[in-house]
Amino acid sequence: MGGDLDLDVLTVSSARAAVQERQTTAATLVENFYSKIEAKDRQAGQINAYLNLTRERAFEQAKQLDAIVDRGDPLPPLGGVPIAVKDVMVTRGIRTTAGSKILGNYVPAYDCTAIQRLEQAGAIILGKLNCDEFAMGSSNENSAWGPVRNPRDLSRVPGGSSGGSAASVAAGTAVAALGSDTGGSVRQPAAFCGVVGLMPTYGRVSRYGLIAFASSLDHIGPLTKSAKDAAIILRHLAGRDVMDTTSADVPVPDYEQEIGKPVRGLRIGVPKEYFPAEMDSEVRAAVESGLKLLAEAGCEIKTISLPHTRYAIPTYYVIATAEASSNLARYDGVRYGYRSPNARTLSEMYRRTRDEGFGAEVKRRIMLGTYALSAGYYDAYYLKAQKVRTLIAQDFLAAFKEVDSIVTPTTPTPAFKLGEKSDDPLAMYLADIFTVTASLAGIPGISIPCGNSKDGLPIGMQILGRHFEEATILRVAHAFEHARASAGR
Amino acid sequence: MATAVSPDVRTKYEAVIGLEVHVQLLTVTKAFCGCSAKFGAPPNTNVCPVCLGLPGALPVLNRKAVEYAVRAAMALNCTMRETSIFARKNYFYPDLPKGYQISQYDRPVAEHGYIDVAGVNGATRRIGITRLHLEEDAGKSMHDGLPDSAHYTYVDLNRSGVPLVEIVSEPDMRSPDEAYEYLTRLKEIILYTGVSDCNMEEGSLRCDANVSVRPRGEQKFGTKAEVKNVNSFRFIREALEYEIERQIETVESGEKVIQETRLYNPSEGKTYSMRSKEEAHDYRYFPEPDLMPLVVDAKWQAQIRSRLAELPEARRQRMITEYGITAYDAGVLTATRSLADQFEEAARSAKNPKRVANLLQSEIMGRLKMRGLAIEQSPISMKGIAMSADLVESGAISGKMLKDLYDFAFERNQDFPAVYEQKKPQQITDTTTIEKMIDEVIAASPKQVEQYRAGKKTVAGFFVGQVMKASKGQANPALVNEILSRKLDA
Repeated sequence: MGGDLDLDVLTVSSARAAVQERQTTAATLVENFYSKIEAKDRQAGQINAYLNLTRERAFEQAKQLDAIVDRGDPLPPLGGVPIAVKDVMVTRGIRTTAGSKILGNYVPAYDCTAIQRLEQAGAIILGKLNCDEFAMGSSNENSAWGPVRNPRDLSRVPGGSSGGSAASVAAGTAVAALGSDTGGSVRQPAAFCGVVGLMPTYGRVSRYGLIAFASSLDHIGPLTKSAKDAAIILRHLAGRDVMDTTSADVPVPDYEQEIGKPVRGLRIGVPKEYFPAEMDSEVRAAVESGLKLLAEAGCEIKTISLPHTRYAIPTYYVIATAEASSNLARYDGVRYGYRSPNARTLSEMYRRTRDEGFGAEVKRRIMLGTYALSAGYYDAYYLKAQKVRTLIAQDFLAAFKEVDSIVTPTTPTPAFKLGEKSDDPLAMYLADIFTVTASLAGIPGISIPCGNSKDGLPIGMQILGRHFEEATILRVAHAFEHARASAGR
Repeated sequence: MATAVSPDVRTKYEAVIGLEVHVQLLTVTKAFCGCSAKFGAPPNTNVCPVCLGLPGALPVLNRKAVEYAVRAAMALNCTMRETSIFARKNYFYPDLPKGYQISQYDRPVAEHGYIDVAGVNGATRRIGITRLHLEEDAGKSMHDGLPDSAHYTYVDLNRSGVPLVEIVSEPDMRSPDEAYEYLTRLKEIILYTGVSDCNMEEGSLRCDANVSVRPRGEQKFGTKAEVKNVNSFRFIREALEYEIERQIETVESGEKVIQETRLYNPSEGKTYSMRSKEEAHDYRYFPEPDLMPLVVDAKWQAQIRSRLAELPEARRQRMITEYGITAYDAGVLTATRSLADQFEEAARSAKNPKRVANLLQSEIMGRLKMRGLAIEQSPISMKGIAMSADLVESGAISGKMLKDLYDFAFERNQDFPAVYEQKKPQQITDTTTIEKMIDEVIAASPKQVEQYRAGKKTVAGFFVGQVMKASKGQANPALVNEILSRKLDA
């Protein structure tokens, strides 16, 4: 039973329907996903999206769900949907490493709120996904457990830091995945792997149990095959959590219903700063043709300006690294995780543990952030960056008086080759150039596939919206998917 | 060193002292999680992902801790800041699980307060309070006392996350005595607010002192040293004495005082250098991104203020007027809020509150002083004093008898009710004897009899009093009343 289900095309709602209508059982579905993971993900040279399979937990959940169906009761809204989660979200009793050697043996004592909520809604957690160490990176090459490969071209990176999340959805080894986005870490890999990636508004989804990189910029978001799947999952992730006092007490709409509304008359802004003369011609062409489709669907396209865009990368790297330098101080070898066996004094234990436990990029960012917060430099770096952050947010606020959403490319180029930028941190940082602005402003953004390069590599289009107006960007994304499908592109 | 400074040299210099006091708040739970904040639990039992600093855990601010901090700030005459900001203070230490302490930095919850302390010649000196801010405590490193202490340090994180307020004074104090007085007043005020037990042994009150010296008349401050972790007020006075002399000697010998942190060793009475300015931490403070700005608006402030108890100084003034006691005794009685409460409760329950105060002042205090006892150690409780006052008031016992009973109580270390039960005069219940006494009183008071018979029934009280007096309080009051009314109304 269920052996003939095509896992590649399974969506959130079709997976639930298949289990509900007994085309398959939840247990069989899980079994089939694990077979597929074993076949495509686990061998050397394969995708390497999964770090850890949570079989016991998945089959236990599947058993509960199958019992519901046995009784003839309706499944919960995400009932039977196999989902995988980035390894920066803690799972009780299940090793959680954040892609780092320093947490190589770490088994958390509690569950991340986002995972708890999805499981409560019936989702089945298949496993933990590879990522850049502590979510720091744009290629997934910074994982202590080896890089993830792009399912569309195994010689290329999947993007990062949620590379495993994007790759698992693109490879069909999960119906959907959770990632985290600090400067583009959901949207950029979604673009590279040709899937949908949503960064909700800051505060929309609880961060409790998300291993912190940069607290004021960290967001949990879904990676899916469609805007509709993202809409369904977001509804169950979103909402105030008493364990995260920065989570917002703003009503959560029924996004699935919202995305069905027409887009005719919506005003879409196209910021000129996101289309520099020297940009990749294929990316430009794909996004421009995407905009054409939106215009044909009745959207009003307007050129706008977000004048402080060019300061976004330095601003982001000051704030994110400053917060990271503090957030990562707890990995000191005292209470959990890796402790260097070679130390004789306390300070030596600290130095060696952190030197041996952290990878090069993490150490680079801790040093940058420590410097930015140091006495005598704080005003020039951290404080200045906070001021610029405000200006960038104001750019968006002003723009959103004129337009309802903003469309840009998600990334300057399609997926690059493994190793191509790993020795050049600055080039790597520029991979986030179009995504960090929304992170800094705290507004929601979604990346959806809008075309392919001549090498067949996916190209992503980013849609940004007002604070807490995820419904609008999901609606535009949904309409675009339909327009693109009917146009046959 | 530091004993050779002659009084002549000493008077050429002036000390400048500022104090940083940490007070642990008596909340049931910790500042940022739901764990118990109770002292004394087995190690690492009051802990959770938040106060252990586990990956992904986030702080949730305890409203009670805010209320207690604001209440303390109000009691210290501070100006409240409606919107204050939590900040991270970053440093590595094994008992600091997150690698940073959540504190407040450039926008603390309250600023610009003061405490008036007794200065020389009965004058008061106003010591400024720069700021009061809310923060979390760290855990405890246990270096000694365990079987394998030679090889390991253990960490107990029960205290990690317990709420503290740090109260920073202006550099307004000029002598160790003044610092001692400031601390005494500060502790008294905090105890009155009920937000802390200020127990120094359990670490719920901790003090660091900044001290420098300068030639008398000089406006500029000298280079300061910080003396840390002194665990009693007496030791702080001693540490400051030592430190001031050390610095004067340093300056006198033509050297420079070094800016540094020093530790006091109470058994030697000396301070030792712990780390220099160059080795000082750069705490890299920045706003805590996991917590929203703390807003204590006017409405919340008013609520907190309405729950603020009467403070010691105000209470002393009121008690002096209300009970006619001396300023000294008011001071003794208000030394703790519970003592003052006991006194006032007893006094107010008595027929004549002033008599309670008088007895306390004239009879109890002297006896305590003779025996070197503190008022808390008095065998006679406040309730006992109130009871005895009522007995004297009603004429049931004479003043002489009261003194005898008090002596007996102090001798036996028993409270007044017990002593009275053993020693109270036998009651006269023989009606013939009582009648005889009443007849004598009536015969001796023709004027009152006349008044009574003219309708002024309240005079009856006078007769009762006279009879009780004549019987030395031993006549059965019910019988006295009964026979009296029969005779007077006849």
